[in-house]
Amino acid sequence: MTEPAVRVRWLVGTVHSVRSETATARSIVLDVPGWPGHLAGQHVDLRLTAPDGYQAVRSYSLAAPADGQRVELTVQLIEDGEVSPYLVDVVLPTEQVELRGPVGGWFSWDPDRPGPVLLVAGGSGIVPLMAMVRARAAAASTAPFTLVYSVRGPAQRYYAEELDRVDGLDLRMVHTREAGPNGRPPGRIGPADLDVALGARVYVCGPTGFVDAAIALLLAAGHDAADIRSERFGGQP
Amino acid sequence: MNVVNRGFLGRRDPERVELPPGQYLTRDFPVLQAGPTPSVPLDQWRFTVRAETGAEWAWTWPQLLALPRERPTVDIHCVTRWSKLATTWEGVSLDTLFAEVETVADYALVRSHGGYTTNLPLADLLDGQAWIAFGYDGEELAPAHGGPARLLVPHLYFWKSAKWVSGIDLHHDDEPGFWESLGYHEYGDPWREQRYTDD
Repeated sequence: MTEPAVRVRWLVGTVHSVRSETATARSIVLDVPGWPGHLAGQHVDLRLTAPDGYQAVRSYSLAAPADGQRVELTVQLIEDGEVSPYLVDVVLPTEQVELRGPVGGWFSWDPDRPGPVLLVAGGSGIVPLMAMVRARAAAASTAPFTLVYSVRGPAQRYYAEELDRVDGLDLRMVHTREAGPNGRPPGRIGPADLDVALGARVYVCGPTGFVDAAIALLLAAGHDAADIRSERFGGQP
Repeated sequence: MNVVNRGFLGRRDPERVELPPGQYLTRDFPVLQAGPTPSVPLDQWRFTVRAETGAEWAWTWPQLLALPRERPTVDIHCVTRWSKLATTWEGVSLDTLFAEVETVADYALVRSHGGYTTNLPLADLLDGQAWIAFGYDGEELAPAHGGPARLLVPHLYFWKSAKWVSGIDLHHDDEPGFWESLGYHEYGDPWREQRYTDD
C-alpha cells in the first residue's frame, strides 16, 4: 500500500493550454508551482472562486502522470453541473484556479509494478486509466497493458489519436451504440471484450452501472475480487 | 494570493439549506467503494465485537433482527462532497448491542466483509449516534449501499459508516483503517471539514 501523499495546502495553478477531447470534454494542462507529484490514478481537488467570494470545490482525476509542476485534467461537461461548465467552456490559458492534492492512493498504479494490468473504462472513466497508460509509456515500462474502453460511439472517444499510437497497448474499443472502425458490432461490454489471462491487476472506472456490470463479468470469468480496484461515479437508488 | 474566477458564478443553493463546509446537496445516492460488492449469505452472517481482553460477543442475522429496532432519519455527508438530507434507515442501535459488552477501550476498528476497515473513538458509536442498519428508505438495504447490513454513524464523513459490516475490534490505541491509512482524516468531522490527514 502506498504511503499517504495528501497535501492539504491550496496551490495556485495557471492554465497552460486547453484541448478539446470531444464536443463536451476538455483537457486542461496547468502549471502548479509546488505540486508534490502524484501516482497515476490519483485525483485533485479544484476550487473556483466567484467575484463575490463564493467558492465551489470538485474532485477531478489527473489524466497524466506527474511531470514536474505540470498537471493535466480532463473534464466532462455535466449539463446541470456547477463547476464543469466553467472548466469546459470558459477557462482559458493564463487564467488561474486553485488546486490541492494529490488525493487517493488506492486506485493508483506504480510504474515499478511489472505485472500485467487490465484497464476497463466506461465513458469519462477513461481519465485516471489514461494516466496509467501514459505513466507506463513515460517510464518505458514493459508491463503488459490491456485497455477496454467503452463509449457510445467514435465521437465520444477521448485521446483518440494518442491511444491509437501507444506502443504495446492492447486497445479494445467497445462502442455501445454506433459501430467503430474495428468491426466489433455495437453493444454493451461482454465477456469476449474482457478476455485476458487471470492474475492481472484490474482497474475499473466509470458510471456505477457500468462498473457493476464489468466487475460481475470479471468475477464470472474467474478473476479474484482482491485483484479488482474500482472507482465509480453517479448514483443508484 | 487571491484567485478570482471571472465568468464563474456558481449555483447557490436556492433552498439555503445549511450544509457542512465544502459540501453540495444531492438527491441521488452515489455509490463509492474500492472494489467489488461482496456477497454475504445471511445464514453465515455474523456481527462480532471483540474486546481488548480477547472476549467476543457475536450475533447471527436472526439474533440481530430480534433486537429492538430504531428508525433514524439523518443527514449524511460524503468526503467526496455530496450531502444527502433526511435519509431514513432502520436498524439496531449500537447502544443495544454494547449493553452486553464489557470494555474499557477507547477506540474501535470496524471490520467489513471484503476486508475494509475504518477507525473511530468508541464514544462516537454510543449514546444514540450509531446503528447497524439493514433498512433504507423503507426497503431492505441494497448490496450496493452495504446490505445486508452496514454501520451508520452519520455525524462523521460517510466512509466511517462501513458497508457490509462484520464486526468491531476494541483497542486502547487508535489504529488507522483503510482510508485513514491512505491520507484521509483519523476522525472525519464534516462540520470541521476534516477530510484529509492534516485538515
